Amino acid sequence: MQDFGDAFGLAFNLILQGDSDLAEIVGLSLRVTLIAVAVSCAIGFPLGAAAAIMRFPGRQGVVIAMNALMGLPPVVVGLLVYMLLSNAGPLGVLQLLYTPTAMIIAQCVLVIPIVAALTRQTIEDLATEYDEQLRSLGVGGAGQAATLLWDARFSLLTTALAGFGRAIAEVGAVITVGGNIDHVTRVMTTAIAVETSKGNLGLALALGIILILMAMIVNGLVMTLRTQWMSRAYG
Amino acid sequence: MIEAIRGAAIVALWLASVVVAGSAGAAERFIIVQSTTSTQNAGLFDHLLPVFEEATGIEVRVVAVGTGQALKNARNGDGDVVLVHARAAEDAFVAEGWGVARHDVMFNDFVIVGPADDPAGVSGMHDAVAALKKIAAVRAVFLSRGDESGTHSKERALWAQTRVDIDAASGTWYRETGAGMGATLNTATGMAAYTLTDHGTWISFNNKGDQVVLVEGDKRLFNPYGVILVNPARHPRVRAADGQAFIDWLLGPDGQRAIAEYRVNGQQLFFPVRRPAGPNS
Amino acid sequence: MVDLALPRGAVAGQQLPILPLSAAKLSYGTSTGTWVGPIDLTIDQAGVTVVLGPNGAGKSVLLRLLHGLLEPTTGHVTWNGRPMDREIRLRQAMVFQSPVVLRRSVAANLRYALRIRGYRGAALHERLDAWLSHADLVPQARRPATVLSGGEKQRLAIARALCGGPDVLFLDEPAANLDGASVIAIEKLLQTARDNGTKLVLVTHDLHQARRMADEVVFMVAGQVRERAPASRFFDQPHNPQAQAFIDGRIVL
Repeated sequence: MQDFGDAFGLAFNLILQGDSDLAEIVGLSLRVTLIAVAVSCAIGFPLGAAAAIMRFPGRQGVVIAMNALMGLPPVVVGLLVYMLLSNAGPLGVLQLLYTPTAMIIAQCVLVIPIVAALTRQTIEDLATEYDEQLRSLGVGGAGQAATLLWDARFSLLTTALAGFGRAIAEVGAVITVGGNIDHVTRVMTTAIAVETSKGNLGLALALGIILILMAMIVNGLVMTLRTQWMSRAYG
Repeated sequence: MIEAIRGAAIVALWLASVVVAGSAGAAERFIIVQSTTSTQNAGLFDHLLPVFEEATGIEVRVVAVGTGQALKNARNGDGDVVLVHARAAEDAFVAEGWGVARHDVMFNDFVIVGPADDPAGVSGMHDAVAALKKIAAVRAVFLSRGDESGTHSKERALWAQTRVDIDAASGTWYRETGAGMGATLNTATGMAAYTLTDHGTWISFNNKGDQVVLVEGDKRLFNPYGVILVNPARHPRVRAADGQAFIDWLLGPDGQRAIAEYRVNGQQLFFPVRRPAGPNS
Repeated sequence: MVDLALPRGAVAGQQLPILPLSAAKLSYGTSTGTWVGPIDLTIDQAGVTVVLGPNGAGKSVLLRLLHGLLEPTTGHVTWNGRPMDREIRLRQAMVFQSPVVLRRSVAANLRYALRIRGYRGAALHERLDAWLSHADLVPQARRPATVLSGGEKQRLAIARALCGGPDVLFLDEPAANLDGASVIAIEKLLQTARDNGTKLVLVTHDLHQARRMADEVVFMVAGQVRERAPASRFFDQPHNPQAQAFIDGRIVL
């Protein structure tokens, strides 16, 4: 129990002192995850919308696969991306291993299925409602997808937050492809892993508290902006 | 709609600037060192690397994993230098042509730690093999790294001399964590178990709980560290020149002195192979 | 008065009339049986055609077949001799029993339809303002369409259908379940459209609405057209006995 009390105090002090190492780690965590979420949404939203409105043989299988991939184990993803980016692998020439870019790629692999699967469900529900009206108006395939995505935007914001939550909290993928290199690829979760292995449980817990705080702030900000957006657009 | 486009443009600009700022580091001069969790967790690199970087302008990026994984990564060409402590594995690495040559760089020792109340009664012993036999005899919980690291290799070599069948015992009193040294020590503290650890990690470890050093001083517990340049003939993208510069520095008077000067709580963790010349030796 | 002139920016030249609308041997069915047809029907430029009949007569299915939302099982639909293409698609519109409004403002809903039909800039705003006014939705212009009442939503749906200046407007029970004031407002809107030359094809089971709106009546029972006549003659002297029964208020199966 001693560690718990220490942890809160430590977290408080770290934040107050504006510890520069902490700032660096927090900054990298946010950078990697926010970019990964942005890219994943750019890919996942249209993918999900397409899966929602298109009909083709094997569609059911694609939907099942999408949903199943939400449960991809991060450590396995880390391994696969490592093998791709390794100097012994097909993409070794890109020299991306042990860089933040590799971490972004790994997190995209984890987050895209989540965004796509949740988008598909949201859009599918909306599509049945809108289908006849949109066809009557003369809107086809891509236009339908764009209209549905825009109309579902507030739900999609929540989907993006789900992707963010998954990415900011995972360690298995980023530690393998990033190498947890001090000042280069060390993020909150991997820093917690290192401090734990050094036996600095209090510090590790403190970092964990700060990580949760970070996630809460991001979620809070997004939800506030969302509310403002809704009310400003509709006065 | 206009607001949405404007908002999206602001976000996109911010992301772009962040990406650009981040990739600025890509042009720097650096090498990648595949090393062990024991050297990392002991804080050795935090002490050594700034000195080297100051002297040469070469940034050293350390990927700290178990010895087994470090050597595997190096075989894939994902490192320029390897710094580990598993002699047999290192020699094989060089013999197979993956490394240029192996050099001794520093040493310390292994110790057996365990609960202060010591149910196996091994406290103070200087015979590691005999101590392990006693632990097996009372079936006290013993944690193994189980990950083909340097520590794990040493531990298996010692058990081999006891004639105790640890594979059969795995999962009972003999438990394999498959984890790094720090994680294993955390588990040992939690379970009040015996385990083998390198002395450096132990001294700098901050969750000792009720665990203490029980067995040390056996010649067989000698723990030498070796450094190897990854062979550029096998992997052309290896930064051979800078990697060799690091090795030369480590083995030279400045590096060896820096290793000797590293202290935690007043204790020296690693001992250079070369007695450093100069006023501080 | 609304100006139904062609949009600036629309494809130049090609403005052949798309009526008369012809259905030949049209039918729609599934493995369990034929719902509608076979039907032969020609609709041309002449005010409001009301498709009347009891519930389950297949009126909605017929509408969707004509509008191109359903593929017929047999037969085909032609527009002044041409099969459906994109131009013809954009020159007709449909209003559904339950209005589907997009999750954006009232004005944005109209803007959406106008942009699809090629309107931009000043021309777009002109039509947008005009139809907001016709549908009596000016005070709600910036409000989210989803918070409107049922009647207001339907007025929006009709305005959205008409703002692009379609040649033909199909309506599937547009005023069902609405209060009297809404029904009046909607019928007024439709009269405006009719007076400007838009052909209306209105499906209803409401005899009274049919009397108010129809120029001609197409009477359907059980998937078949039983009678077709100008409104005056139909309501006074229907030839078909089921039509007579329906007008008398008896249940027609």
